[in-house]
Amino acid sequence: MSSSSKPRTADALLEALLASPVGHALTRQLGFPEGSELRRGPGRPVGPVAFAVLGGDPGTGTDLRADADTGGGHSAADTGAASIIAATLAALGVTTIDPLRDDPAHRTAGPDGRPQPPAYDSGLGAVVLDLTGLRTVAALEDVRAALRPAVRALEPSGRVVLVGPRTEDVEGLEAKAVARGLDGLNRSVAKELRGGATSNLILLAAGEGPEDLASTLDFLLSGRSAFVSGQSWQVGPRRTALPPRGAGIVPGTTPPSGAAGPARSAGARRIVVVTGAARGIGADIARTFHRVGATVVAVDVPRAGEALGAVVNEVHGTALQLDITAPDAGERIAAHVAERYGADARIQAIAHNAGITRDRLLANMDERRWAQVLDVNLAAQLRINTVLLDPGLPGGYAEDVHIVASSSTSGIAGNRGQTNYGTSKAGVIGLVLALCEAYADRPLTVNAVAPGFIETDMTAAIPTLQKEIFRRTNSLHQGGRPIDVAETVVYLADPATSGVNGQVVRVCGQNIVGA
Amino acid sequence: MSSGRTGSSERTAVVVGGNRTPFAKARGSYARDSTLDLLTAALDGLVARFGLAGTRVGEVAAGAVLKHGTLLNLTREAVLGSALAPDTPAVDLQQACGTGLEAAIYLSNKIRLGQLDSGIAGGADSISDTPLEAGAGLQRVLMRYAAARTTQAKLAALAELRPRDLVPVAPQVAEPRTGLSMGESQVLTTARWGITRAAQDEYALGSHRKLTTAWEAGFFDDLVTPHRGVTRDESLRPDTSLEKLAALPIVFGKGPGGTMTAGNSSPLNDGAALVLLAEEQWARDRHLPVLARIVDAEVASVDFVSGAEGLLMAPVRAVPRLLARHGLALQDFDLYEIHEAFAATVLSHLAAWADETYCRDTLGLPGALGTIDPEKLNVTGSSLAAGHPFAATGGRIVATLAKLLAARGPGARGLISICAAGGQGVAAILEAI
Repeated sequence: MSSSSKPRTADALLEALLASPVGHALTRQLGFPEGSELRRGPGRPVGPVAFAVLGGDPGTGTDLRADADTGGGHSAADTGAASIIAATLAALGVTTIDPLRDDPAHRTAGPDGRPQPPAYDSGLGAVVLDLTGLRTVAALEDVRAALRPAVRALEPSGRVVLVGPRTEDVEGLEAKAVARGLDGLNRSVAKELRGGATSNLILLAAGEGPEDLASTLDFLLSGRSAFVSGQSWQVGPRRTALPPRGAGIVPGTTPPSGAAGPARSAGARRIVVVTGAARGIGADIARTFHRVGATVVAVDVPRAGEALGAVVNEVHGTALQLDITAPDAGERIAAHVAERYGADARIQAIAHNAGITRDRLLANMDERRWAQVLDVNLAAQLRINTVLLDPGLPGGYAEDVHIVASSSTSGIAGNRGQTNYGTSKAGVIGLVLALCEAYADRPLTVNAVAPGFIETDMTAAIPTLQKEIFRRTNSLHQGGRPIDVAETVVYLADPATSGVNGQVVRVCGQNIVGA
Repeated sequence: MSSGRTGSSERTAVVVGGNRTPFAKARGSYARDSTLDLLTAALDGLVARFGLAGTRVGEVAAGAVLKHGTLLNLTREAVLGSALAPDTPAVDLQQACGTGLEAAIYLSNKIRLGQLDSGIAGGADSISDTPLEAGAGLQRVLMRYAAARTTQAKLAALAELRPRDLVPVAPQVAEPRTGLSMGESQVLTTARWGITRAAQDEYALGSHRKLTTAWEAGFFDDLVTPHRGVTRDESLRPDTSLEKLAALPIVFGKGPGGTMTAGNSSPLNDGAALVLLAEEQWARDRHLPVLARIVDAEVASVDFVSGAEGLLMAPVRAVPRLLARHGLALQDFDLYEIHEAFAATVLSHLAAWADETYCRDTLGLPGALGTIDPEKLNVTGSSLAAGHPFAATGGRIVATLAKLLAARGPGARGLISICAAGGQGVAAILEAI
């Protein structure tokens, strides 16, 4: 007897049980903390932002702790001349306070008589530490001393932002070891934080200015990075000159209202292409691009046209019903852009978001499922990039295009039943790195996002128990939302994020799977 | 070629593009949709394709053949339910199956006159949303009841009600003046021109094959937006064959010598189709596609009531009048779109134009208009395969032909002819620029 409805019913029951008070109590008993509602959107933390330069003069490693007895860090004002991070925070309009320092001398007795570190008066919005001058194992104590009171005081969805050096930029065995040590520190801090707070590490290349870092720091402090935690990525010098004021897209701002017709707005606005835009993550990428004032060309397969049209009309973009696996898909995207926005129009950013799953254990994997996934997820964007990168092609990529490809934690860590998907998504990372290398002389950026468990139609098909495990086995104890991936994509596509290139940013709440 | 390009000082009405729903089988996938829903869906798809959300378009002209009497402003309601700016004006037009094409002609004339820069034309129909009205008996009783001043008079009015008065009345499928359905009317014409069953079936098979090829080539990717999960025209039968068509029973003109079946007659469908029209320079300034200009149009009628002419033969008269105005021969076109009400309708039209005597004596022409190259006729299929939601057919044909002409390059010229109930017919010329 075959009964396809029976397991679905059991699955639905399980889903209902887990969502019930009993289920919540049970999962707590099993040691799975409940996820908190995450702060989302462009807003900054509510509480104060503690900032300090620790370990030494940024960039030189010279010890700045001339007066250790003061116990404090160094405020942005104190070290403004030396710290790019301080200057960036100032440019972002973030006022900072000195972090408290957990010195044994400054501890007080708690109710149980045990010594307690100094406590902040109220919730702390974020702690930002400039560790670019950190060179010694001994200096890591400063980081602990600053973080201990801070993590105890972080408000819900608070932020820990560590800014360290790239290992290749520092000299000496100890300095390189310490630089790498920050990665383990960041990952471990992220796993300890509760209440939706996150920790991330920026690896700042030598020789850059605040304009390189601003969009990244703003992203991390804001609710746009809600589901990004335990991650580190590099920020280097801008690959393009700063866009003229007002011409680019400003993070988190709303577009001018009353946009009427494609032509009047096309000149001033950035043209962005989103594949797989009809639903899920792609639809939210389109909405988020619209929020920041971009003109969206939304692409999806013709059979998804109805949903695509609804998204497009919401974001005042144009719909292109196109199967990206068509041999001439790149040419048709370019033709659409050139026709609809003028022969001089170029694509300023593209989100290669379209993707499919055709899960089967390898033992049952036929050539059709294998080929479909590899073609849609990898080969299609490979072909499209090759066409659109032609600098002479009307409607092709701009010289300084931002390419954002969708990978997956399955492509980093692998996933049972997803040999085809994992291959394709790891291939995407390979493609990103290869493009980055091949176009080193062109001021474009190419990066990948690697979503973990995101609540979409695609993941709704996963059996409930497995889904619950995916939800709870990350540091934020919940599945991400499509908007979380969209925000990260739009951050990477922002002209202000010109210094981030060849990076893979996981949007997974620090899932235990993956690097 | 005597129909030169419109001078630069004149205004040119062009087809920018189109959008339609896939055509669904009657009472099928769109059974839950009203005609208004279908028109709104087609409108939203068009808006998405051309980035018109929040934009005020000059005017939207559309109609439906089967229309609820209470829906006074079908098209305006569709606009208000769509992503277009709410200050976009709209008008309902109707000329049976000529509705969509007439709406396009109406707006193109306004564009050429300078009254509009842009417009959206087309129509929708839903067999599934056929309006049912109170019969004349019930209607009379209710009117008298409303007029009655005393209780006694009110009761007296109601007392006249008979059970048969309560049966709702659907729109007539037959011509009011002949009592013949469209199919039965075509039977007379089919016999007059001696169109065989085999010729009709072969023609119908070609329509299905051509439409199938077009769908498979992705031709409709930028002409159709799926609706309610329907991604292709539901009446299309990619696997039909001469054998299957030959096996179908006669449905019109039953009895010896019958030739017309469900296979060689256009099916009844639910759907909506629209075209975006604009003044050429206005379109170019906005980077909108310019597929083809609407050159001219002609409407004709015939005396079918006396039996002097076939019900669906009016296009046969509209076309030569249109050709004469432009000094064109029937053969001076790259493509032809003749609405396939029935396979026999198209074949009757072709036979009439090729007939020396008929053209001279009936149409008053010096001689036969001649034949056309079948390779240029309905090259992506037409109503037999796609289906025929009455008012939507014009929009489907205009958008399809404009795209085909644009692909052939500037100067490519196409002829449209659509027959309509009431012995009417509309013809139009499109030309790629």
